[in-house]
Amino acid sequence: MNSSAPAVHVDGVVKRFGAVTAVDGLSLDIHPGEVVAFLGPNGAGKTTTVDMVLGLSQPTEGVVEVFGGDPRRAVALGRVAAVMQSGGLLKDFTVRETIELTASLFRPSRPVDEVLERAGIADISDRLVGKASGGQQQRLRFALALLPDPDLLILDEPTTGMDVQGRRDFWAAIRSDAARGRTTVFATHYLEEADAYADRIVLVRHGRIVADGTAAEIKSMAAGRTVRATLPHADTGSLARVPGVDSVDLRGDSVLIHGSDSDAIARHLLNHTDARDLEITSRNLEDAFVALTADAPATQGALA
Amino acid sequence: MTTSTTTRTVPPLGGFSPTFLRLELRRLMRNKRAVIFTLVMPSAFFLLFGTDSSYRTERAGHGNVTAYVMVSMAVYGAMIATTSGGAMVATERALGWSRQLRLTPLTPVAYVAVKVAVAMTMGLVAIVAVFVVGHLVGADLALGRLVLCGVLAWVCTLVFAAFGLFMGYLLPSENVMQILGPALALLSFAGGLFVPLEQMSDVFALVATFTPAYGVGVLARSPFGEDGSIWLAVVNVLAWATVFVLGAAWRMSRDTQRV
Repeated sequence: MNSSAPAVHVDGVVKRFGAVTAVDGLSLDIHPGEVVAFLGPNGAGKTTTVDMVLGLSQPTEGVVEVFGGDPRRAVALGRVAAVMQSGGLLKDFTVRETIELTASLFRPSRPVDEVLERAGIADISDRLVGKASGGQQQRLRFALALLPDPDLLILDEPTTGMDVQGRRDFWAAIRSDAARGRTTVFATHYLEEADAYADRIVLVRHGRIVADGTAAEIKSMAAGRTVRATLPHADTGSLARVPGVDSVDLRGDSVLIHGSDSDAIARHLLNHTDARDLEITSRNLEDAFVALTADAPATQGALA
Repeated sequence: MTTSTTTRTVPPLGGFSPTFLRLELRRLMRNKRAVIFTLVMPSAFFLLFGTDSSYRTERAGHGNVTAYVMVSMAVYGAMIATTSGGAMVATERALGWSRQLRLTPLTPVAYVAVKVAVAMTMGLVAIVAVFVVGHLVGADLALGRLVLCGVLAWVCTLVFAAFGLFMGYLLPSENVMQILGPALALLSFAGGLFVPLEQMSDVFALVATFTPAYGVGVLARSPFGEDGSIWLAVVNVLAWATVFVLGAAWRMSRDTQRV
């Protein structure tokens, strides 16, 4: 890291819509060249945060800077571009006209044919947007975002509506640009996408960051195993005090105990309780995601 | 991704450019409904109301009655064209296109300037269309006066471009012209474009002078000679222009704060 400003600097940001707090004290720095997944369930505040980074809305409290300055200025200069979920297209423009119009606004702009090619829509350039499929329209939005050759590319649920091949092409294009140094931030609720394509995953829930690290770090954070046993009238208090236990869940006559030392948990259950039918399973990223973003107070604490 | 040596800048005029205008006009020409309402309907109304054989011989100031009706219908056509041009912002907001444009350097003022330029171009086309049809069926007015009528009609319908913008920002609908179309017909009637004010009751005629199409109509027909009060018409046009421009500016500023 050099002394230049971070690509994205979010500090103590709160965003309220009336009584609803969509973003609740979020701080985050993203450095040039990083590929960051912004992961969280629907309604976690991902899109609201993205909107503020693009200057489409103003934070109620806190500071948002892009390359050390005003987000709107960065947008106007084409330093930051985005593929938005909500960005609409006009049905009675052709694909090429939509790109031509947008290209006329950026100084400088990449050639229209180049972005058509890169987004994989050169073959449908004369089609009316209204006649293009959802996946093709999403590729068109991607083409528009490529026009200013941005230093920072923000993607909000970018592969929505794309088929498998479309997704693969899309991520190949994103990775090759990232390898050349483009900072990329994508919001998603697809775990596989975050796991496969991001250097860093930022997990958000209820407008706060609950975890921030590499995919491996996030997985290890929610690592350990779950021991499931049949144990009527389990004493959750004493189970929770067993060394290495993170959480205890009751499901009817079953008890689910999560912790780092499944052997000790199993030994305790067999030696000190009437537990039977023991099952021991390990967690994956999906469990980590659920554990970290679920509403119930499960695992807490953020990675450095 | 480019190195800092690349000089990034913003487009001149906030993004207003001939390319933008050309693409927007081409898009509008694809819209069959817009073409029918601006080019075909006013001419059809003119043929319906203005071509009675007696109108061709009956004089109206410096022209014949056919020419007089022709100018009124041209104003009506330009009203529809400019209003729908301005109201395009409603559709573009509803579809999320204005949000997409917020990811570019295009300034709100340049965006509105493009919309007004497109609206005024359509207005001009609407006027010329009615004038061509009028010429073919015997509208009689000296060329100089005819051109003056056209220019006055065109300039004055800026009022309706502002009206369209105001409504476009006010009504969050994709099909805003379904509301505005009938409203314009009503305003045209009230403003004396379909029926001369002299044929209305005194009360109605008085009310009519306060409606927005009245001033435009009177001014556009002023080259025919005395017809209503020019002074009153100028006040009418300026007052409504002020109302609609302020209204559009007010709604627009609220809109760009949120989006």
